[in-house]
Amino acid sequence: MRYSGLRVLVEGLRGNRGWRPAWHRPEPKDAYDMVVIGGGGHGLSTAYYLARNHGVKSVAVLEKGWLGSGNIGRNTTIVRANYFLPGNSEFYSHSLKLWEGLESALNYNVMHSQRGLINLFHSDGQRDAFARRGNAMINQGDDAILLDPDGVREHLPWLDFENVRFPIYGGLLHPRGGTARHDAVAWGYARAASRLGVDIIENCEVTGIRVEGGKAKAVTTSLGEIAAKKVAIVVAGRSSEVAAMAGLTLPIESHVLQAFVTEGLKPCIDHVVSFGMGHFYISQSDKGGLVFGGDIDFYASYAARGNLPMAEHVMEAAMTLMPMIGRARVLRSWGGIMDMSPDGSPIIDRTPVEGLYLNCGWNYGGFKAVPASGWCLAHLMATGESHEVARRFRLDRFATGHLLDEEGTGSQHNLH
Amino acid sequence: MRIPCPLCGPRDLREFTYRGAAEALERPAADAPPEAWDRLLHLRDNPAGRTRDLWYHDCCGSWLVVERCTVTHRVFSARPAGEVADAG
Repeated sequence: MRYSGLRVLVEGLRGNRGWRPAWHRPEPKDAYDMVVIGGGGHGLSTAYYLARNHGVKSVAVLEKGWLGSGNIGRNTTIVRANYFLPGNSEFYSHSLKLWEGLESALNYNVMHSQRGLINLFHSDGQRDAFARRGNAMINQGDDAILLDPDGVREHLPWLDFENVRFPIYGGLLHPRGGTARHDAVAWGYARAASRLGVDIIENCEVTGIRVEGGKAKAVTTSLGEIAAKKVAIVVAGRSSEVAAMAGLTLPIESHVLQAFVTEGLKPCIDHVVSFGMGHFYISQSDKGGLVFGGDIDFYASYAARGNLPMAEHVMEAAMTLMPMIGRARVLRSWGGIMDMSPDGSPIIDRTPVEGLYLNCGWNYGGFKAVPASGWCLAHLMATGESHEVARRFRLDRFATGHLLDEEGTGSQHNLH
Repeated sequence: MRIPCPLCGPRDLREFTYRGAAEALERPAADAPPEAWDRLLHLRDNPAGRTRDLWYHDCCGSWLVVERCTVTHRVFSARPAGEVADAG
């Protein structure tokens, strides 16, 4: 069923009795050409682009929980292309272009809203760094505008500009940055992939990867063994555990990142805003809640909940930046598990096991990468060659010293 | 989360800084091959369950090896890193 305005109208007149489930729920077959482990945003987009771009007919996505139950439903939904380093810059630029055509490609409303992203800065040195970053973004073909304090005031009059400790010196505006409805991204990709014949199998936990003669042959699951010519591990947060099933040790440490949402409020924050002097970012959802977050909790964790010190830190940053938020009540908080890599950049590569591919290490920037991540992994699996915008996301770059350390904080997993 | 500092007793998480997996104590020899340094700096077992990691107590300045569970955040023990390293 194709979705359209007319369809909504017709269904409305017919009592909405004609809607059908958005994707099929097949039983797993005994064998597939390609199996994607992980039914999150990245796994679903990989499956979709395998089918759409490369015409692969036999693809399965195996999801241990329900579709969208992992990090695709636990993030702060920010979409941007404001990276600096060659290797990252072209990849996120490609991803943003895919976002801009995503709704028509999927025939699904993912509520992609290019409301503009403003990164604030609070010193002369930071202004220089952001000017340089803005130039890099423009050189990449994306957009960036350096705002002085009056320029920021036009957009965000409610900030505490004269804060004694962290006065606002200006901001870097990325007009094409914004947000999207995260669950809808999973649902949209699932529906589009299902329409192209991809089997999406929920409640199917992978318990082992059968490797024979250095080659991946099959995955064992809670629903039995499934043979595959090629297998992709796309399970950020749990990458180390799944890769260990094939005898691999990854350069990944899992960390918990908290996020928060307030009760629904009338529209007051039109953009995505980040604070330059503490890790803090905020936007307002279409439902009215202020959605915000900060740093990871800094210690290795698989608990999908954080501790109080980071929650306090985030609230302090919020109050420093925008005292008006003190009147809002926090509705809930949650934690997601992040694959933290030693340089803060992801991995999209083959592994030493033939036929086994890896997509992991998204740190806490995976959501905006969903379209390009799947696009590039599908390209690698189908053609055997790395896509040109993802060619530096190699698994061996840590051993060879070709790191992509965007923040320049060094080889420590929790500092990115 | 509270960590039982051997010098100060049980103290709040806020007083400690996480310094990565305790594998950092197994430093390769200076002439070790690059793979050994890759293993030290980058590769992690990253278990969902019992793990050992290094923490620095900002108050008393001690380096600790903390054994804890990454799934429940339960802390089992904290020992001075020097003792752990000496014990091999």
